[in-house]
Amino acid sequence: MCGQMHRGQKSEEHRLETLRETEVLVIGAGPAGIAAACSAAECGRRTIVLDDNPLPGGQIWRGKEDPNATKWLSRAQRAGVQMIHEAQVFAAMMNDTRVVMAETPDGLCAVRSPCIILATGARERFLPFPGWTLPGVTGAGGLQALVKGGLSIEGKRVVVAGSGALLPAVAAYLHEHGANVRLVAEQTSWLQLIAFGASLVLRPSVAMQGLGLIPQLLGIPYEAGCMVTAAHGEAKLISVTLRHGSRTWQVDCDYLACGYNLVPNLELPVLLGCAIANGYAAVDEWQESSLPGVYCAGELTGIGGVDRSLIEGQIAGYAAAGKQGKPKAQALWPQRQALCAYAERLDRAFALRDDLKALATPETIVCRCEDVRRAHLDALAPGSWRMAKLHTRCGMGACQGRICGPAMSFIHDWPMESTVSTRPPLFPVRMETLTAAGLTERTAEKTGEVNR
Amino acid sequence: MMALHPLGSETVYDVAIIGAGIVGASCADEAAAADLRVVVIESRGIGGGATAAGMGHIVCMDDSEAQFALTHYSRELWRRLASELPPDVEFNPCGTLWIAADDEEMTEVLRKAAYFGARDVRTEVLDTTQLARLEPNLRPGLAGALLVCDDAVIYPPCAARFLLERACARGAAMAHGWVEHIDSRNPMVIKLSDGRSLRAAKVVYAGGAWTPELAPLLAEGFPMPVRKRKGHLVITDRYPGFVRHQLVELGYLKSAHSVSADSVAFNIQPRTNGQVLIGSSRQFGDEGSTVNPAILTRMLERAHEYMPGLANLTAIRVWTGFRAATPDKLPLIGPYPGDARRILATGHEGLGITTSLATGRLLVDQLIGRASAIPVEPYWPKRMDKEAAHAH
Ligand SMILES: Cc1cc2nc3c(=O)[nH]c(=O)nc-3n(C[C@H](O)[C@H](O)[C@H](O)COP(=O)(O)OP(=O)(O)OC[C@H]3O[C@@H](n4cnc5c(N)ncnc54)[C@H](O)[C@@H]3O)c2cc1C
Ligand SMILES: Cc1cc2nc3c(=O)[nH]c(=O)nc-3n(C[C@H](O)[C@H](O)[C@H](O)COP(=O)(O)OP(=O)(O)OC[C@H]3O[C@@H](n4cnc5c(N)ncnc54)[C@H](O)[C@@H]3O)c2cc1C
Repeated sequence: MCGQMHRGQKSEEHRLETLRETEVLVIGAGPAGIAAACSAAECGRRTIVLDDNPLPGGQIWRGKEDPNATKWLSRAQRAGVQMIHEAQVFAAMMNDTRVVMAETPDGLCAVRSPCIILATGARERFLPFPGWTLPGVTGAGGLQALVKGGLSIEGKRVVVAGSGALLPAVAAYLHEHGANVRLVAEQTSWLQLIAFGASLVLRPSVAMQGLGLIPQLLGIPYEAGCMVTAAHGEAKLISVTLRHGSRTWQVDCDYLACGYNLVPNLELPVLLGCAIANGYAAVDEWQESSLPGVYCAGELTGIGGVDRSLIEGQIAGYAAAGKQGKPKAQALWPQRQALCAYAERLDRAFALRDDLKALATPETIVCRCEDVRRAHLDALAPGSWRMAKLHTRCGMGACQGRICGPAMSFIHDWPMESTVSTRPPLFPVRMETLTAAGLTERTAEKTGEVNR
Repeated sequence: MMALHPLGSETVYDVAIIGAGIVGASCADEAAAADLRVVVIESRGIGGGATAAGMGHIVCMDDSEAQFALTHYSRELWRRLASELPPDVEFNPCGTLWIAADDEEMTEVLRKAAYFGARDVRTEVLDTTQLARLEPNLRPGLAGALLVCDDAVIYPPCAARFLLERACARGAAMAHGWVEHIDSRNPMVIKLSDGRSLRAAKVVYAGGAWTPELAPLLAEGFPMPVRKRKGHLVITDRYPGFVRHQLVELGYLKSAHSVSADSVAFNIQPRTNGQVLIGSSRQFGDEGSTVNPAILTRMLERAHEYMPGLANLTAIRVWTGFRAATPDKLPLIGPYPGDARRILATGHEGLGITTSLATGRLLVDQLIGRASAIPVEPYWPKRMDKEAAHAH
C-alpha cells in the first residue's frame, strides 16, 4: 500500500483565518453529538459541531430518510448550531486554552472552546480468521455502509456473521435491498440470547430488532452459537466455512459481512487525557469526563443503541450549558439509567467466546496495514501491545491499530485502552496540515486573535 | 525465546546489566560472548526507551577525534554484523548525504571530505547537479553535498532484540523489573521495586536517559552529568523512492552542537518499506513525552524548506524520545570514579544506536582485560570532573 500525494499549499493568512471560537464544541454528528449540540444551543450557547463525514447523522442516520433524524437535524438548524462537515479531528491542545484541530478538504480547521463534548461513536471489531482479507469480506456495518453508498447488492448471496445486535439489522437492510441473505451466524449461544431476551421485555423496539425477530419474519435463517472459521477464494470470496459445535459446513456466497460487536472510538478521549474504565470513557452523572469541561456521550461510554446515545447527548449538552441546562439534564437521568442497564445486558449477551481467539492460524495476517502474520507475533510473545508494535510492526501502519488493536486486545487479554493510539495525528493527515497545527497554537497563545 | 532469571535463584552473576536498550543489549551480547555470567534487568520491555524512539542512523561523525574513533569503529562493527542481522532489523547501507545549502556550507563539505579521506572513510563530493540527480525531491539550487558511502540505517528495537537473543543463546538471563537500589556489598545486591533482589560482582548502568534516577551522583557531591534531551520525529505513509539516502543538512551540526537552546534541523531517512522518517528537534527542560506542536511545526517548516514536496505527503504518526546528553557530547563508558565494580554505559545522546556495538565491545574489553581496538580513556566517566575523579 502506498501513500496518497496531495496538492496545493495554503498561505499563512489562510492558516490564521482557520482559528474559530465557540462556547461549546461537539465532536461527532451522530445521534449523541446532534442531541448534545441541540441541547447546548437551545440554552443559548454558541455551538459548533465537527464531523468527519460529508453528511450528518453518524453511523445510523447517515444517507437515510429517517423521521427521527430529520426532526433532530431541523432542531439543530433552528437552534443555530454550526455544523462543519468533512472535518476530521486529529490533534488538540489542552492547556490554559483548549484548541481542537481538524483536517478539512480546505486544510486546517482549528476551534477554540472552553467546553468540549466528545461523541465520536464506535466502530466494528474485526477478528482475524483465514481468508478475512479477501475481497468480498467486509464488516457487517461495513457492507451496509457500502450499499448506502451505492453498491448494488441485488441478487448477491450474502452471509452475515460475527456478533451483536447489529447483525440482524444489517441482514434485514441487505434483504430489503435485494440481497439473498443466506444466513446470519451469531457467535453467542441461544442460551445467552434467551437470558438476555428475557430481561428485555421493557425495551424499545430497536432492541427487538436486535434480537433477531426481523430476520426470522423475513425468512432469513439465524443461527446462534455459530461462527465463520474460514473464507475461501483466490482473487475474491467464493464460499465460507461455518462451525456450530462439532458440525462444520460450507456456504457459497459473494459477500461475507462479518463484525464482532462494536468498540468505542476512544482515541480522542485518550488523547485529551480523559480517564477510561472497563474499556469505555469514564463519566459522572452529567456525562462529564475526568477532565472538567470535557463531556463524553453515546457509544464512547457504552454500546447501547441510538436511544441511549440521544439521551446521553442531551444530558451532556444541557450540562455543558451550565446552570440553566442542569435541571433539564437531571430530568433525563431516570431514562438514561434504564438504557444503560440495557447496554450492560447487551455487552453480556454478546460477550465473545474464547474459542474465537483460535480462529487465526499461524499464517493468518493479523495486521493488514503491515502484513503481520499471527506466527510472527506468537513467536515473539511480546507480552504487551506496545512491544508487539515495536517488534513486529503490528498496528504501526496507516490505521494506527484501529483495526488490529481491538482484535489483539481480545486475543491476548490486553486492556482495550492500552491498544489505543494516543499520539497526534489521530488520523493520517497531510504534512502541511500537521505543520499548520503548531502555527495555530502560536496564534492562539500570542495574539488571542480569532475568527468567529 | 529468552531465558529468564529463575525466581529465588542464588546465582551470583559476573555482571548485571541494567537496561535492555540497544546499549544494554550490546553489553550483554559482548559479555556473554566472553563467557561471563550475565543478567539483564529491564522493566519496560526490550528497546522500549530511547531505542524505540531513535532514527537508527548508523553514522560516522567527526566532531572530535574521540567521537570519530567511536562512531567509525562502531560503524565497522555494524557492517561486519550486517550479514547476520535478521530481515526485521532492516539494515540498509544507503549512505548519508550531508547537504550544503550555500557556498559557505560547501567549504564545510570539502573540509569533511578531507578529514574523512585522511582516515580511509569513503566519501564523494557532489555538486548541485549531481545532488539533484541523486535526490530529485530536494529543492533545486542547493550547493552540493558530501556522500558518506558506508553509513547505514537500521530499525533499532529489532536490533536490540537480536543482540539480546544472541546473548541469551550464549547463556545470559533476563529479569523483568525496575531496579531501585544497589547495595555495594560484595557481591553487590540489586534491589528491584517488586522486592526481589539479584546478586552480581559488577553492575553496568545502561539505563539511558533514566540513569540519573538510579544513580543521581557520579561521585560524592557530583551530580550525574546526564540530562534528558527531547526529540520529535514524524513518520509518513509509504512513498517508495521519495528519499534514497539519509539526508542531513550541514546546519545540523550547529543544532546538535548548541548545548542550550531548543533547535531543529532537516534530517530525514528512507525506511525500507518506503516510509519517510522526518526529524529532528532538540530540547532541554521539557521532560514530558507529549508532542509539542510549536517545535514540531518549526521542525516541519525546516524540512519543507529543503524538501517542498514533503508538504503533500501524509503523516501517520508523531512521537518523542529522550536522548541522554552529556556536557562534552561524548558518552560515559567505564567505571565510576572510585568504584571499579560499578560501570557506566550511558550518555550516548543522538548517537547511541551507532555507537552501541563499540560501547559493548570496549566495556567488555575492560572487564576481562582484553586489548581494545581504539583508546578507551576518552570515554571514561572520570573525565567529567577532575575533582570528582579525585574525590575518593
Ligand atoms: C459500522 C456501524 C454500523 C451501524 N449500523 C447500525 C444500524 O444499522 N442500526 C443500529 O441501530 N445501530 C447501528 N450502529 C450503532 C449506532 O451507530 C449507534 O447505536 C448510534 O448511532 C451511536 O451514536 P453516536 O452518536 O454515539 O455515534 P456515531 O453515530 O458513530 O457518530 C459519531 C460521529 O463522529 C464522527 N467522528 C468520530 N471521530 C471523529 C473525529 N476524530 N473527528 C471528527 N468526527 C469524528 C464519526 O464519523 C460519526 O459521524 C452501527 C454502528 C457502526 C459502527
Ligand atoms: C529523536 C531521536 C533520534 C535519534 N536518532 C538516532 C540516530 O539516528 N542514530 C543514533 O545512533 N542514535 C540516535 N538516537 C539516540 C539513540 O536512540 C540513543 O542514544 C540510544 O537508543 C540509547 O540506547 P540506551 O540503551 O542507552 O538507552 P535506552 O534505549 O533508553 O534504554 C535504557 C533502558 O534502561 C531501562 N532502565 C532505565 N533505568 C532502569 C532501572 N532503574 N531499572 C530497570 N530498567 C531501567 C529503560 O527502561 C530503558 O529501556 C536518537 C534519539 C532520539 C531521541
